[in-house]
Amino acid sequence: MKFSPKDQINSVVANLPPSGIRKLFDIASGMDGVISLGIGEPDFITPWHIRNAGIMSLEKGRTQYTSNAGLVELKQEVANYMKRRFGLSYEPNNQVLITVGGSEAIDLAIRAFVEPGDEVLIPIPCFVCYDPITRLAGGVPVLLETKAEDNFKLTPELLKKNITDKTKALILPFPNNPTGAIMDKEDLEKIAEVLRDTNIMIISDEIYAELTYTDKRHVSIAEIDGMYDRTVVINGFSKAYAMTGWRLGFACGHPDVIGPMIKIHQYAIMCAPTTSQYAAIEALRFGDKDIEDMKTEYNYRRKLIVNGFNKMGLDCFEPMGAFYCFPSIKRTGLSSEEFCEKLLLEEKIALVPGVAFGKSGEGHLRVSYAYSVEHIKKALEGVERFISKYI
Amino acid sequence: MHRILELLENNSNLTPEDIAVMIDKTPDEVRAAISQYEKEGVIVGKKTIINWQKADKDLVTAFIEIKCTPQYGRGFDQIAERFYQYEQVKSVYLMSGAYDLALIVEGNSLTEVASFVSGKLAPMDTVISTCTHFVLKKYKDNGVMLETPPKDERQVMAF
Repeated sequence: MKFSPKDQINSVVANLPPSGIRKLFDIASGMDGVISLGIGEPDFITPWHIRNAGIMSLEKGRTQYTSNAGLVELKQEVANYMKRRFGLSYEPNNQVLITVGGSEAIDLAIRAFVEPGDEVLIPIPCFVCYDPITRLAGGVPVLLETKAEDNFKLTPELLKKNITDKTKALILPFPNNPTGAIMDKEDLEKIAEVLRDTNIMIISDEIYAELTYTDKRHVSIAEIDGMYDRTVVINGFSKAYAMTGWRLGFACGHPDVIGPMIKIHQYAIMCAPTTSQYAAIEALRFGDKDIEDMKTEYNYRRKLIVNGFNKMGLDCFEPMGAFYCFPSIKRTGLSSEEFCEKLLLEEKIALVPGVAFGKSGEGHLRVSYAYSVEHIKKALEGVERFISKYI
Repeated sequence: MHRILELLENNSNLTPEDIAVMIDKTPDEVRAAISQYEKEGVIVGKKTIINWQKADKDLVTAFIEIKCTPQYGRGFDQIAERFYQYEQVKSVYLMSGAYDLALIVEGNSLTEVASFVSGKLAPMDTVISTCTHFVLKKYKDNGVMLETPPKDERQVMAF
């Protein structure tokens, strides 16, 4: 018998689809002078006082593990933050877990809930991790296709239609990557109404919570009557404080949920990076102004880019959160992958096809505005030149 | 409407059309606001920030502390005026603390700046003393990092 390591790979892993942007990424990486609006991370670097807090912790020799769930001080600051920003009370000792990015928290929450055969409801288009993590846990992803005509919000009808006896959890990824859609309080009330008489848990990925552009602040579904106990709120430092590379996030929820998540976390990860945790304490204590400054800047760019796409004839609904817009390219007659590949080859502009975020993202582009105004204007000119051939 | 000023302060290349979109006004409203600012002397000019250290031109910058006697009824204003009329003097500030006026002076060589200070500034009758500091290296100027301008090191594409 011939030994083949390939045959030893877990079949779920082996069957996970490759990245939806691998091909474009490879083309773009081999090209010079690519103008990208294709990145899902802030263009700002972490504010200096936060970086300095990380450096100071190293100077003081704080290089050991922290306790599994995170530094007591940081958990306290997270609890203060959740209270200050959302009016949500969490006990730092047993309701807060510091994780390696929001991503780890998502993984932990799904693994803590899902048993083989359990269904997880995932609104699409969405960030790409929920489906594969659900599969890895033996669960069955049930994709809820949100629609452009609903501004890519999750509607109670869509939710209701997909609930079965096997439904274990609902992922709530708002403000949304890639669409920029948000769910406001009224929208969440309707979702809560559907869930109230069920045992369905909510994994609310609120990593973009600080980046909303309405008069009202982001509302967490945990704030809605009856939802607190069933919701794991996931957030982190990457987007709000431009700390992507520090890999630091957190989860807050009922002690009976956070406890099991800590169990997985302690075996798989031990603890989140110590330096990052010290930097995060500084961020939560003194970083509110940084958030406001970055948000102001994103908002200017958001208006510029949405206006740019609408003016050139690519309909773009107004994204009220995150730092993406999601213009429709249906008028061009091209699929989103064709569009992005041609645009890259002809104009050296890199955008991400909407379909990479789920079937209902087809016919759209994900455009990040985490770029300077000059950069955005240059890219818009190129896209306009390109589409004039098609519409 | 300070938003217009903030936007222009960071990027003077923005057109009234761009600004209009960014702050939900019409281009005409933005144009009118800008010309009002110009009329009132709120917007006083536009310049390009140049790192002369990288251009093929030697330029000497000096920071000069000046102690002087204020004049009755006019304080330091007239003295300051006498300083800032010199083309070599790029900035003049009235300071709190150990000295009175701070000047930023530019010239083509150390000798040129030194003789300007000793020949023109120091002899003024209200000047008590001067202290000249030559700039050895500029790291950041007008809020812009000169030595290590931030570079976009992100991947070309990511979810």
